[in-house]
Amino acid sequence: MTVRRIMGTETEFGISVLGTPSANPMLTSSQVVNAYAAMGARSRRARWDFEEENPLRDARGFDLSRTLADPSQLTDEDIGLANLILTNGARLYVDHAHPEYSTPECTNPRDIVLWDKAGDTIVVTAAMAVSIPNQNPIVLYKNNTDNKGASYGSHENYLMRRSTPFPDIVRHITPFFVSRQVVCGAGRVGIGQDGSTAGFQLSQRSDFFEVEVGLETTLKRPIVNTRDEPHADPEKYRRLHVIIGDANLAEISTFLKVGTTSLVLAMIEDRVLGPDLAVDSPVKELHQVSHDPTLEHLVTLKDGRKMTALELQTAYLELARAYVEDRVGSDVDDQTREVLDRWESVLRRLADDPLTCRRELDWVAKLSLLESYRDRDGLEWDDPKLHLVDLQYADLRPEKGLFQRLVARGSIDRLVSAEEVTRAVTEPPEDTRAYFRGRCLAQYADQIAAASWDSVIFDLPGRDSLQRVPTIEPSRGTRQHVGALLDRCETAEELFAAITS
Amino acid sequence: MAREGGQQHKSKGKSAQEEQTVDTTDTDAMAERKERLDDDVDAILDDIDEVLESNAEEFVRGFVQKGGQ
Repeated sequence: MTVRRIMGTETEFGISVLGTPSANPMLTSSQVVNAYAAMGARSRRARWDFEEENPLRDARGFDLSRTLADPSQLTDEDIGLANLILTNGARLYVDHAHPEYSTPECTNPRDIVLWDKAGDTIVVTAAMAVSIPNQNPIVLYKNNTDNKGASYGSHENYLMRRSTPFPDIVRHITPFFVSRQVVCGAGRVGIGQDGSTAGFQLSQRSDFFEVEVGLETTLKRPIVNTRDEPHADPEKYRRLHVIIGDANLAEISTFLKVGTTSLVLAMIEDRVLGPDLAVDSPVKELHQVSHDPTLEHLVTLKDGRKMTALELQTAYLELARAYVEDRVGSDVDDQTREVLDRWESVLRRLADDPLTCRRELDWVAKLSLLESYRDRDGLEWDDPKLHLVDLQYADLRPEKGLFQRLVARGSIDRLVSAEEVTRAVTEPPEDTRAYFRGRCLAQYADQIAAASWDSVIFDLPGRDSLQRVPTIEPSRGTRQHVGALLDRCETAEELFAAITS
Repeated sequence: MAREGGQQHKSKGKSAQEEQTVDTTDTDAMAERKERLDDDVDAILDDIDEVLESNAEEFVRGFVQKGGQ
């Protein structure tokens, strides 16, 4: 009966070298990640522990003595392999020719906003630190398409009870995913995968979704992804890997995206969703909802009813209100209350006058800018200038990014302070296993050979083999559990002795 | 060619009945609000104009990505 659960986000950033469209994105992505490593100036870089492919017994093949003379100078063998675990518990690496940042595990929507924003700061800092002779500056974009047919993802992960039947999740989350873009879409100029049809749509991603359920993430993308890789005890947990979302810059968009989704998942887990909102043709409706920024498109349900996406969202909101009231009444926690109140507020105002949400929601902020240009300069939707506004909205550079400029001039509402974001760049959340991982990286970097979501692997003096500390339970390894221990142990040997004694 | 592009700033009622309830008082209030917003919009556009890349067509064409997840 709460928005709280273990969750995280992953963002693949668009990358380009100014004036050099032919730049190799695998190379430049690695330059970004390596530049961030160089800023940490550590003598040793912990590897990502690919446990599945590299069980610990084989882990001795790691190049333990590897030192990086100048990590921003990439060698060929590093291409595509750049991979960092950060002291804030996050992962920064190269995936599919894009730099990718995965937040540490968080327990609530506000922390997702905070560590997601920290990721934006980290990657833009890294990109600006890349210094390669005769190469122009690297620019990163927090968007999901190049408008020429390519899309790259921004995923959400929600830890759920294993006992919840997957068909229940598919049945109840699909109408929610078809409709939630009216709240958390990032906005896009251009219709169709290649954006060639003129117009504005709510979502960056919707046109790239072609099937209802499936395992794929790079082609034939499904509304509900079936990847079953909990990075936790599989008897107890599943991880819902959500690939349909847009990369959000607006903090309230992100807050509502993960907050409302987490709440709907809680209702699915508690089996309180009786009324069936099943959509007749979810993929087609997903596209049509996105293509109608007037929000008037009527979605046809399997039972023949027709509802707007806003009405579908309002149905979920009302179910969630009743559910929370029934389970906890006035004892509702602050963030659950805030998610419900903000959700209700934006749904009401989107129905009345969407532009009143332009300080809160990405697609409205972007559309507002675009409409202003259209009014002032008399531009049609296929005008390159409008495409540029769409693209540059996502530019992460503080001086050039349009979203960044809107924030700087106070035109966007924020949920977290700049000081909090700065802290989250280096500090982990305190209430998940990310705390243990992050603090180990901060304190014992030279003794950590590798790490992953569910392990930290130590290379201790005097021991032949690497020592793996499993972190299979995401809610353990918190400050409460291990804070005092980490404060006390000056060396990795002390820590390991204390843990294993 | 402009599609259903959200070009109109008017109230977007969900149903026909709601559309019809928009009377002149609302229209006046909206005009006032629009005027206030317009001042703000001008200031925003001035800010954005300063940082917007100058060669829009070439810049947009040069943004080519490999697909991801």
